[in-house]
Amino acid sequence: MKVKAKFKNNITSVRLLAKHPMETGRRKNKETGELIPAKYIQELSCEHNGKVVFLAQLGTSVSKHPYFAFAFNGGEKGQTVQLRWNDNTGDVKKVDATIK
Amino acid sequence: MYITRRKFLNILTVSTAACATLLAPITTWAAWASKAFNATKLDDAYQNLFGTTTLTASDKIVLKLPKIAENGGAVPVSVKTDLDSVETINIFVKDNPNPLTASFHIPEGTIADISTRIRLAQTSTVTAVINAGGKLHSASQEVKVTIGGCGG
Repeated sequence: MKVKAKFKNNITSVRLLAKHPMETGRRKNKETGELIPAKYIQELSCEHNGKVVFLAQLGTSVSKHPYFAFAFNGGEKGQTVQLRWNDNTGDVKKVDATIK
Repeated sequence: MYITRRKFLNILTVSTAACATLLAPITTWAAWASKAFNATKLDDAYQNLFGTTTLTASDKIVLKLPKIAENGGAVPVSVKTDLDSVETINIFVKDNPNPLTASFHIPEGTIADISTRIRLAQTSTVTAVINAGGKLHSASQEVKVTIGGCGG
């Protein structure tokens, strides 16, 4: 997961790119003809100072390697934001990013 | 066949442990609106997520989408509004197998302006629904998906 958090005019804007296949469960393996099982991010959250500032619930129609951009009031240079996603297979990924 | 007391107790402990491990992932995703995400029709998705299908078209929502998408696999979308007390921003793609694409919760202090990339299975209307102050506001736009990726 690539995260960029920037502080400007009292607003922290976050842009992130999560590396994830986002398989819908409807695609077929071209060689064997078998269905590729679904694997997609269901929830993605961003916390700042122990408070959730962004929470996304996703379905299968979000693109592969999903991209998100959002912004919240406050924050400070040097502080961190904690990002976390979990997918339908139970995989969890956590990343901390410093606000620049 | 008799089950001894010891055996019975063993079965009991094993089965409770199994139940606990099986239930654990479900509780962590309790908040994920599975019914709305698994709905295959737009109205069912509205009903399951909001409990109603009545939406008010609003001109205070700025929905940014390309008119023509050469690649339906990654269509940039951004939703912005100056409505007050926004609670959720939801994106629906009418003709996708599962119309509900994403549901964003906007806590207080977060700006109601988000961008992401979505998939379109075919040419379809994309609708953004914003729950602000207990009311549902919506804005829609059609996106043409061209086949072959050579414009159109």
